[in-house]
Amino acid sequence: MKHARGKGIGLGLTAWLAGILFFLPIAWMVLTSFHSEEDAATNPPSLAAPLTLDGYRDFFGTGGGASPWPSLINSTVASLASTLLVLVLALPAAYALSLRPVKKWTDVLFFFLSTKMLPVVAGLLPIYLFAKNTGMLDNIWLLVLLYTSMNLPIAVWMMQSFLAEVPKPVIEAAQIDGARLPTILARVVAPIALPGIAATSLICFIFSWNELLFARVLTGVVAQTAPVFLTGFITSQGLFLAKVCAASLVISLPVLAAGFAAQDKLVQGLSLGAVK
Amino acid sequence: MTATASTTTVRHTRVPTPKTPPPSNRLRAWATRAPLLPALIFMIAVTQLPFVATLVISFFDWNALYPDARSFTGFGNYSEVLTDPDLRKSVLTTILLTATVVLTSLVLGLGLALLLNRRFKGRGLVRTLLIAPFLLVPVAAALLWKHVLYNPEYGLLNGLLHWVGGDSATQPDWISNTPLLAIEASLVWQWTPFMMLILLAGLQSRDSELIEAARMDGASNWQVFRHLTLPHLRRYLELGALLGSIYIVQNFDAVFTITSGGLGTANLPYTVYQSFYQAHENGLASAAGVLVVIGSIIIATFALRVVSSLFREEVSR
Repeated sequence: MKHARGKGIGLGLTAWLAGILFFLPIAWMVLTSFHSEEDAATNPPSLAAPLTLDGYRDFFGTGGGASPWPSLINSTVASLASTLLVLVLALPAAYALSLRPVKKWTDVLFFFLSTKMLPVVAGLLPIYLFAKNTGMLDNIWLLVLLYTSMNLPIAVWMMQSFLAEVPKPVIEAAQIDGARLPTILARVVAPIALPGIAATSLICFIFSWNELLFARVLTGVVAQTAPVFLTGFITSQGLFLAKVCAASLVISLPVLAAGFAAQDKLVQGLSLGAVK
Repeated sequence: MTATASTTTVRHTRVPTPKTPPPSNRLRAWATRAPLLPALIFMIAVTQLPFVATLVISFFDWNALYPDARSFTGFGNYSEVLTDPDLRKSVLTTILLTATVVLTSLVLGLGLALLLNRRFKGRGLVRTLLIAPFLLVPVAAALLWKHVLYNPEYGLLNGLLHWVGGDSATQPDWISNTPLLAIEASLVWQWTPFMMLILLAGLQSRDSELIEAARMDGASNWQVFRHLTLPHLRRYLELGALLGSIYIVQNFDAVFTITSGGLGTANLPYTVYQSFYQAHENGLASAAGVLVVIGSIIIATFALRVVSSLFREEVSR
């Protein structure tokens, strides 16, 4: 028995070690972002170097270079607007597929899923040519449409499974009591499905915020998003390590917050509702 | 195109539906379907139409810099894509990158999931630490590896070598020496948490009574793992592998950020991007894009089969 307990502690320690090892690069990034550029670029690294906000100050534009604010605002607009549009399109679809199943509903669900497997590069060129010819290049609303198409299949799948959890007898009972559709949706369906709908929205927001390829090809100066802004650091030579770290962390912050909030639903969403 | 693939794979999963309603109910049937239509029409317009256009363009010899010289070339672009050594190499790179990252992160994810499935102090915190890499914006993660870890002069990796080995420690230039491995390591770091989360969900859905019964009968840890846990996890492993493949086959962010496709690391998505964005070869890029789709359909057919088997259980439950 004693032996087994010792082994249990050993495995717990191994888990801790693995957790720390995986988190180490991020911890190091946080530390570096609070160092001066000089201290950030020393080898061997200096753990005891004084902390400063210079990296963040530089990133937000007071240290020269382009301001990140327009790109942060663009990303916020694109992510929020496309999440909203996804909800408007996906909720009725999920409702039709779960609460009053249409015929061949599994086929419809699988059609949505199959579009998710169509690689982005498969349609990139026609979309680019279309945007160029219609003057939609460098326009944030084109990204909103594309991000909606990217997230809609996942949203339909997830919300379908959340709405299916609403017990049918409860709805029937409400119908017998003479409740109309809006009342049923507001009083019976919404309270049960709301947490799932919130999680789905967070996931759509994360995916839109993270997207690079469409944004890189279809936006330029005006509609540049935060990940495109980050690509400006790709060739940064040496001197701006603290600034790179500060920029990466600030731009990741909304995703980190949303991701930790939706941890469990995140798996379910990414596995397209297959894993509960 | 993908829609056809899906209909064939799920035919056997269709749940029995009641007999066709009489014509008077036709209006009702449309009312039931109506909420679906906006989403369906939107998806077809934004994803299927551009793909059809890509397919059409792939049969033309069309350089955007010489728009007047556009001409029909049949399968010319395809044979060029398949015979061009650079493009062939990018096909190989895509396969290598995807297989390495998926398999490694799956094995590491399994190990972590098994560790995290036990009770120990601070399990919630360790889980949070482990998930963090997956939640970094992909470009930010790639920048972190490129500048903060790999940099030969002040990167953390060489800093650690310096710490341990003193001033005479070797200071390798990681990205130049092993470019593909450098990209793979960063992707494994990002994707292991995802695999762990899926497998952890699988472990937690195990029948604990069955395991206790096996232990009563004197089964060892290894026997329980080999004969109970692993078969149960099989579908979760498949699901992780297939979803991971779908995302990593399409990876653009890491290749673009860490090496900009240089040093033999260009995968198909990067090559497609480059051939129309920089070389303006619309026809060639489209043909390469269509090839990526064919590869994805092969993976997706398996993926849909796995998901539909999981789904079937969900429905019958």
